Amino acid sequence: MKKTLNIAMILLVSFLISCGGKEEKKKEGFSYEKKAPTENKIKKVESVPASKQIDLDNKGIGPISSINLPSEIDQTMATHGADVFKKMCTACHRPDKKFIGPAPKNILDRRSPEWVLNMILNPDEMVQKDPLAKALLIEFNGSPMANQNLSEEDARAVLEYFRTLK
Amino acid sequence: MKNILKSTLALLSVLVAFTSCDNASKSNNSGALSSSAAEKVYVAPGEHDEFYAFISGGFSGQLSVYGLPSGRLFKVIPVFSQDAEKAYGYNEETKPMLNTSHGFVPWDDAHHPDISQTNGVVDGRWVFINGNNTPRIAKIDLSTFETTEIIEVPNSAGNHSSSFVTENSEYVVAGTRFSVPIPQKDMPIKDYKGNFKGSLSFISIDPEHGHMDIKFQLIMPGFDYDLSHPGRGKSHGWFFFTTYNTEEASTLMEVNASQNDKDFIAAVNWKKIEDYVNNGGGTMMPANYAHNVYDEATHSATSTMKKEVRIVNPLDVPGAVYFLPTPKSPHGCDVDPSGEYIVGNGKLSANLTVHSFTKMLDAIENNKVAGDAYGIPILNFEDVLAGVVEQPGLGPLHTEFDGKGNAYTTFFISSEVVKWKLGTWDVVDRQPCYYSVGHLMIPGGNSQKPFGKYVVAMNKITKDRYLPTGPEVTQSAQLYDISGEKMELLLDFPTIGEPHYAAGCPADLIKPRSKKLFKLEDNKHPYAALSEADTKVVRDGKIVHVYMTTIRSHFAPDNIEGVKVGDKVYFHVTNLEQDYDVPHGVSIIGANTSELLIMPGQTETFLWEPKQVGVWPFYCTDFCSALHQEMQGYVRVSPANSNTPLKWSLGEDIE
Repeated sequence: MKKTLNIAMILLVSFLISCGGKEEKKKEGFSYEKKAPTENKIKKVESVPASKQIDLDNKGIGPISSINLPSEIDQTMATHGADVFKKMCTACHRPDKKFIGPAPKNILDRRSPEWVLNMILNPDEMVQKDPLAKALLIEFNGSPMANQNLSEEDARAVLEYFRTLK
Repeated sequence: MKNILKSTLALLSVLVAFTSCDNASKSNNSGALSSSAAEKVYVAPGEHDEFYAFISGGFSGQLSVYGLPSGRLFKVIPVFSQDAEKAYGYNEETKPMLNTSHGFVPWDDAHHPDISQTNGVVDGRWVFINGNNTPRIAKIDLSTFETTEIIEVPNSAGNHSSSFVTENSEYVVAGTRFSVPIPQKDMPIKDYKGNFKGSLSFISIDPEHGHMDIKFQLIMPGFDYDLSHPGRGKSHGWFFFTTYNTEEASTLMEVNASQNDKDFIAAVNWKKIEDYVNNGGGTMMPANYAHNVYDEATHSATSTMKKEVRIVNPLDVPGAVYFLPTPKSPHGCDVDPSGEYIVGNGKLSANLTVHSFTKMLDAIENNKVAGDAYGIPILNFEDVLAGVVEQPGLGPLHTEFDGKGNAYTTFFISSEVVKWKLGTWDVVDRQPCYYSVGHLMIPGGNSQKPFGKYVVAMNKITKDRYLPTGPEVTQSAQLYDISGEKMELLLDFPTIGEPHYAAGCPADLIKPRSKKLFKLEDNKHPYAALSEADTKVVRDGKIVHVYMTTIRSHFAPDNIEGVKVGDKVYFHVTNLEQDYDVPHGVSIIGANTSELLIMPGQTETFLWEPKQVGVWPFYCTDFCSALHQEMQGYVRVSPANSNTPLKWSLGEDIE
């Protein structure tokens, strides 16, 4: 019988809550008790920072699902990419050292080319849904990857430029 | 037993909880009438309104943008007045917009917005609006919702019968309310009669860019030209202006300008005058007026002083101008969607006078002239009269049309909107306004194709309609559903300034064309820094130019040294963002101007004249990201005679 009472009480409280927070004190007290045990269940945070993690399988979320990189670097494209990078990206990225955001040097050792392109082309959704992008946002103090509205062609050129950074 | 009692109690409480919930939702739905009005204006969160309404800000000098039917305010577009929120009239780029022949005039009285048209239908490209006090016409570009052009109107005073657009946006027309000496001169006021003149200006609109240019000014007798509207359809090519003070009084006007039983509607055949002018007619008269144009590529305005204007004497173009006698100081001058009926709202008359365009042409053709005023033929009242709406109310001001054969007229004194039928002149319905309505607006109302779903009444008096805010209360508009036979009051909503006229159109006309950002590659501002590599500080004597950029969430540079007391420091700030809705703002302590609010890809400039030695902070004024509070910097200001070297930097000691 005690169980029935408890269930009824829970129902009552939940209705009260759904009615718009009448009798606030009761609700607070109750939820405090409920919340306490969940606090112990927080998972341990990964110790390797997202920027140093390697994940070459993750293709990210966005318009680019697969891309083939020829072994030879297209120098013309890379030169164009360097120009786009200088105009659109250098406010936050230095080629070879951490600035506002991470350095793109050797990025393809850590990320798939698709992931890099999707991060450039679709950063808003990436930082919301992609686990690595999310972790990067936190690692870089919540500084968002800005969507600079690059065309796919320009983004691809920027990637080619990244390949020249050794 | 105890347990059973307990559980019953608990169940009972659950029931109580249920019931109270139910009651609450029921009370929301109570009153079938009020809830249907509420549903009609309710635009759910995240949903969009069906119409844009551009409502004049009156003496605020601005233009406000509302959604209909919700009555939600979206934006206040600065036009004739400085706006510290957007730096309009404060930053170096837009200061020239407010230049006039009288110097910098940072305020005006904005009255009658009108949307550009193509083939007699509103096209949603531009809104034009008049500055009443220091006569000006402004053009607002509806892709950016920014004022992009202002032209001063010479030989005009109290620019009130403005700014109405012809059906292919050939002209935006501006008539003078007050007659003045033309050209201006030092003379006794009592010599007004016969010596003062009224100008009606036809300002051509470039079809592609909308650039305005005064094609000609018609120099008319010294009456007060109160309001106007273009002919359309069959009367396209004509323009109609109401007049009062045909007595040509210059003092105690409320008595002296109300003597004549009839004043006039001036009918102007502008096509005829255009032909005359295109064939070299008219004379160039020395003048001095400002033409201010904002260039979207340089993000900057330039002001040019124009030195002459073409004037036309109506007597030199026979058959171009006629006077239609209209009772008792007509105010609004409104043309129905077919172009046949011209409504003269005689504000001191008991009846509403409607003229017929067809009858007017007939009278002209048969030379039925009753007399003349300063040589301009006056037609017989009876010959041009289409009909009279008998005693519909007191103090008629303005009329709009629903495109279904009905007209809606505001009555200031009896405080109501009256719906009546074109052709039969019968009153169909009347609804009270709270209080003392002035203009009214049906989206597309000044066109061949009104969208007759709603009418907005803009009231002159508010009194008790809202929570009081001291002696000065908000201005008030009211929305009526006019889709049925009877009008239904749906909503009160507050407006800015004192709304005069408004213009509206379907949101779908404007929404797809609305710009989201400015492309950096198109930025041709002479002081733009298009990447952080281009940022620098340059000294030229006592003038210092700071080429600065913003991106979430830092300024480049953010540390500047070598500025001195007495310098004029121009901060040219380029927003490097290329994403929708990421503006940045900036100002610095002690700047005698407003903040900048810089849209993505845009460059704006503010001037800072440091007066005190020290290290002074600047910061981003528009919350831009989680690190917005970190978006800040310092300028070191040294004494005027110091040798502190000019230096600038960003993030020297990062990692």
